[in-house]
Amino acid sequence: MRHGIGALGGIALGTAMLALSVAIAFSVGRFPVGFADLVRALWAAASGAPSGLSPAAEAVIFNIRGPRVVAAILCGAALAVAGAAFQGLFRNPLVSPDILGASSGAALGAVLGIFLSLGIFGIQALAFGGGLLAVALVYMIGSSIRSGDTVLILVLTGVVVGSLLGAGVGLMKYLADPYNQLPAMTFWLLGSLAGTDRSDLAPLFGPIALGTAVLLALRWRMNVLSLPEEEARALGLATGPIRIAIVAAATLVTSASVAAAGIIGWVGLIVPHMARFLVGPAFGRLMPTAALLGGGYMLAIDTLARSAAQVEIPLGILTAVIGTPVFIWLLASSRKTWT
Amino acid sequence: MSVNRRAAVVGGLASIAAPHIARAETLTDAAGRAVAIPSRMERVFPAGPPAAITHYTLQPRTLLGWPRANRGAELIYLDPDVATRPELGRLTGRGNTTNLEVLLQLRPDLILDIGSTARTFVETADRVQAQTGIPYALLDGRFEAIPASYRLHGRLVGETARAEELARFCEDIVATCRSRVAGVPRERRPRVYYARGPRGLDTGLGGSINVETIEFMGAVNVAGGTRGGLATVSLEQVFAWDPEVIITIDREFAGAVRRDPSWAGVRAVTEGRVHLSPKLPFGWVDFPPSVNRMPGLIWLGKILYPSLFPEDLVAFTRDFYARFYHRTPNDVQIAAVLEGRE
Repeated sequence: MRHGIGALGGIALGTAMLALSVAIAFSVGRFPVGFADLVRALWAAASGAPSGLSPAAEAVIFNIRGPRVVAAILCGAALAVAGAAFQGLFRNPLVSPDILGASSGAALGAVLGIFLSLGIFGIQALAFGGGLLAVALVYMIGSSIRSGDTVLILVLTGVVVGSLLGAGVGLMKYLADPYNQLPAMTFWLLGSLAGTDRSDLAPLFGPIALGTAVLLALRWRMNVLSLPEEEARALGLATGPIRIAIVAAATLVTSASVAAAGIIGWVGLIVPHMARFLVGPAFGRLMPTAALLGGGYMLAIDTLARSAAQVEIPLGILTAVIGTPVFIWLLASSRKTWT
Repeated sequence: MSVNRRAAVVGGLASIAAPHIARAETLTDAAGRAVAIPSRMERVFPAGPPAAITHYTLQPRTLLGWPRANRGAELIYLDPDVATRPELGRLTGRGNTTNLEVLLQLRPDLILDIGSTARTFVETADRVQAQTGIPYALLDGRFEAIPASYRLHGRLVGETARAEELARFCEDIVATCRSRVAGVPRERRPRVYYARGPRGLDTGLGGSINVETIEFMGAVNVAGGTRGGLATVSLEQVFAWDPEVIITIDREFAGAVRRDPSWAGVRAVTEGRVHLSPKLPFGWVDFPPSVNRMPGLIWLGKILYPSLFPEDLVAFTRDFYARFYHRTPNDVQIAAVLEGRE
């Protein structure tokens, strides 16, 4: 049963990669501020002495790059943990956090907000609410159908409702003003953290902290849940309430990250595979490793997105371009470590 | 419903068979296509916003409707009879929302599109003309081409005298601006960031149609180093550019940026040089890409080179609106335009 590098090794490696990502993220960017400036600014903030940095450099550290680094870590960790939980819950390695319609619901909420010319907070609130509502709807429909495999029916309901919500997004784009609203919708759907500022962090942190805490607390029981349902029942585990808790927590973190960053695929799909490749499938060590790797991975990608060119590269495009070959490689090399 | 459809088909056949098209003289449009000039010119269908606006300025009585209904404050600045005509959808190469059967029922004498003459649009025009039998003219919508397009437009719809007057007026504005800006040395041209979207982080890259007016006025577009269309940039990049002037079309952003601590260090914000563009009844700076952007040149000139543009913007606006939009706004209405109200 020994897989890869063990629990402590996984956490140590995840932490090291996250720390490396943070160091790089603070050292590069379009504005000339480096890691040394960060240290000076932090020291000045702690000691109260003047940092000697220009106000613009301080603004970049505390108002622009800093919040963005934090947001990227939070979103990446959230998507990775939610993805790992769903892959276990649905016993399927191809599942990602949007399988129950959270992303589609959030997308519809956001494009509706843009269509109604709401402010940033309004758009994010509609996106967050849309994600939660979509999954609630899927869960209600899925659990009211009493035939066959509960989990399979839930997944199929998610796919169907997700494509209906996708049609709603299409309708909004069709009705939108082509000069102004349509580009805004397109950009939002491609995913970006370009606009993140400090006021975005609280609404992001709250749901992600809560949801991730629930998922981490349940990680020991997930091992049993990923067995076929009869076996889990035979082991004396009430699968229903745990499943609801996992779905609710994963939806909470996914909706919060989609509301802040737009649609970002792949992270929730491939990071759990990376983590499983490193520490094996037992959730006790998989979940913390996935959280750390997800934060570091997302941060690395966002750093590339904001510093490769004068223009931002949409996160959804970068994650797909990087994610596809990584996923194929993982499939080829980690076949045996699934289940 | 079946009655409507039958009427549409009959209408279509009638148009195809109508003798006035067969006998008509032809004209070469901006895409090099031969378009029959209709002998009867009572009903013009605009394929998109630039065509609707331009045709409204030239010959409002024949305009069948608008791609999107005018609403709210927009109506104040337009001839009430024409401004309230129905919403018709778009008939451009992409984002096509017009139903061709509905189009036939409207019995247009001419379909007019002003904009790109790229192949997508040429083929759309050919196809719709073949399907409906209605002449479809494609005119060049580029900023520089506005006077020439007016003259061609005038010949198409039998309004040459007025078309000449409007073309001359546009030529004068363009020539005046060009000659004043030409004398400004490069180091005295302000570096401008064009902000769109509620975050103000969408911008027009070099050569994009969105910044055509800003670049025409000789400003240095800070995002002009990369060529392309619209793109998102990071706030950090805006700090690195440190623009002297910010031009925005987004009222939400213009209101928030002055209080937003994240933007506090940007020079244009510190120096109070963030400007919200007028957009009633049609935008002055970015969209729709049509003659509505002409007053935007003078507005930008006064922002970028205050000493070179002594024009009284209120008087200029009154004159332009009376001449092009067929309605003379009062001072309160002009003030609302200049504040960037929507």
